[in-house]
Amino acid sequence: MRTLKFLLRKEFRQIFRDKSIVALIFFMPCIQLIVMPLAADYEVRNVNLAVVDHDKSPYSQKLISKVIASGYFKLQGYNASFKEALSLIESDQADLILEIPQGFERNLIREDKQKLFVAVNAINGTKANLGGSYLNSIIGAFNADIRMQLIQQPRFSQFPVIDIVPSNWFNPVLNYKIYIVPGILAILVTMVGGFLSALNIVKEKEIGTIEQINVTPIKKHIFILGKLIPFWVLAFIIFTIGLILARVFYGIAPIGSLFVLYLFIAVYLLTVLGFGLLVSTFCDTQQQAMFIMFFFMMVFILLGGLFTSIDSMPEWAKLVTRLNPVRYMIEVMRMVILKGSGLRDVLPHLAAVAIMAVVLNGWAILNYKKTN
Amino acid sequence: MAADEKVIVADKLTKRFGDFIATNEITFEVSKGEIFGFLGANGAGKTTAMRMLCGLSAPTSGNAQIAGYDIYSQTELIKKNIGYMSQKFSLYENLTILENIEFFGGIYGLTDQQIKVKTEELVNRLGLKSEAKKLVGSLPLGWKQKLSFSVAVLHEPKIVFLDEPTGGVDPVTRRQFWDLIYEAADRGITIFVTTHYMDEAEYCNRISIMVDGRLEVLDTPANLKRSFGVGTMDEVFYQLARSAKRGD
Repeated sequence: MRTLKFLLRKEFRQIFRDKSIVALIFFMPCIQLIVMPLAADYEVRNVNLAVVDHDKSPYSQKLISKVIASGYFKLQGYNASFKEALSLIESDQADLILEIPQGFERNLIREDKQKLFVAVNAINGTKANLGGSYLNSIIGAFNADIRMQLIQQPRFSQFPVIDIVPSNWFNPVLNYKIYIVPGILAILVTMVGGFLSALNIVKEKEIGTIEQINVTPIKKHIFILGKLIPFWVLAFIIFTIGLILARVFYGIAPIGSLFVLYLFIAVYLLTVLGFGLLVSTFCDTQQQAMFIMFFFMMVFILLGGLFTSIDSMPEWAKLVTRLNPVRYMIEVMRMVILKGSGLRDVLPHLAAVAIMAVVLNGWAILNYKKTN
Repeated sequence: MAADEKVIVADKLTKRFGDFIATNEITFEVSKGEIFGFLGANGAGKTTAMRMLCGLSAPTSGNAQIAGYDIYSQTELIKKNIGYMSQKFSLYENLTILENIEFFGGIYGLTDQQIKVKTEELVNRLGLKSEAKKLVGSLPLGWKQKLSFSVAVLHEPKIVFLDEPTGGVDPVTRRQFWDLIYEAADRGITIFVTTHYMDEAEYCNRISIMVDGRLEVLDTPANLKRSFGVGTMDEVFYQLARSAKRGD
């Protein structure tokens, strides 16, 4: 225990003497939480639209202005032929082509039926998909308007209509910031904790100071604890800064109890730091450690459920996410912060990360060799 | 000081890395308080042998007792009783002199009072009073080496292992370094030192010379010179090293 005191004192001195780490600790949460949510937006805007209007009728004009007025589209070209419009797509200036055929108005009124052609540049999948469906729903609304004007509504609808009115709980106006901020915070503490701990022991190997430690009678678990605790404390500080920022800038205050949140973070950080330490016991250079961490971080984050929903992943990927600590962290963050889940609700998550924490740290201690 | 108390007993100590035999069945004994020189060309196996004796590297075969403890099963007890100064400077450069002393003192289980007394002694002895709060990284090499040595014997170990402690150090500082070694030996600390400087070899009570992983000769400097029929240690070393197959 006394040894641990000296180890911790040394680690904290070294950390706070390194100005770049101190800067990182305070600036990273600020930048990531203040700037990123403004840019990392799920909503698709500025879809570049090319219009080919063969009809040039009041109706076609009305449709076009309705589309532009929606605010989601930017008119890139008003082309005479489809071919011309296609060249805009080819040069990536347009994402969508809306082609209005000749006789649009006439057919719509006379025959009560008309076809429109929408061509989508699917290179940017999300943009194309959402842009296409926005356009569809605008056209649908336009269609309904026209029906109203043209046809005398029957007293009772001939067809039963089921109108679905969704009610969005916990995030009533579907503010994506509320959804993404807790996730970014989760990834932030994961990255900082994971990388700092992974690089630390390796750095001592690189500069040779680990030899001097290895010839001392220091116990292995004490040494690992001495590396674990400082970063655990640091990550806690970062997390707290992040919570404060989320409150100040986005008005996101945890609905659930802070105690539950911190209890989970405490265990979760042990998992992440244990993983970093384990990686560092396998590596000899910081470069190796960096690449390995990078690989795993990519997997953890992409399979973490922040950007894409885990429910829509294939079965094998769902199984993989069960071993992904980041997944539990993001879920718990959202559950506790947005939904107000209690200890009982997050117990399975807590158990999962606790098991991982024990395994990873135990493995790190076993794999740290004073004699080789 | 019992003259015949053996603090290092190595018996056919061997370390293989694959096909390569870094250290080949070396057998020797070192008495308490002795200054034992461990010589050999680059790549002769000195560092490997020393790392085994310090418990940093497990031997492939053979036996050894360090300070009476078994090299296989009691490495942690050995580590309590030895000091080690590696070839590469390995104090923390981003800690001050005082912080380094405090850290290593603490790790070896010294009390706060002991650390305080030791620190003061050490700083005064090395004349580092005005530098004590400076980062170790900013010190010149000679001072760094003297500091490393002083930290290695801070906990008054039975044996201290020094791996080329004076490499790249100027002659005056080397002389001062050897004064520190003598003082430690006078306190009963056994010194196990590797060096490439033959004048330093002359300061040792006994020296051994390794050639290609084997321990070729072991005797006092005077006896060695006599048996080789030469006037200086330089020539003894040269004759032995010339027969080596392994190069740099």
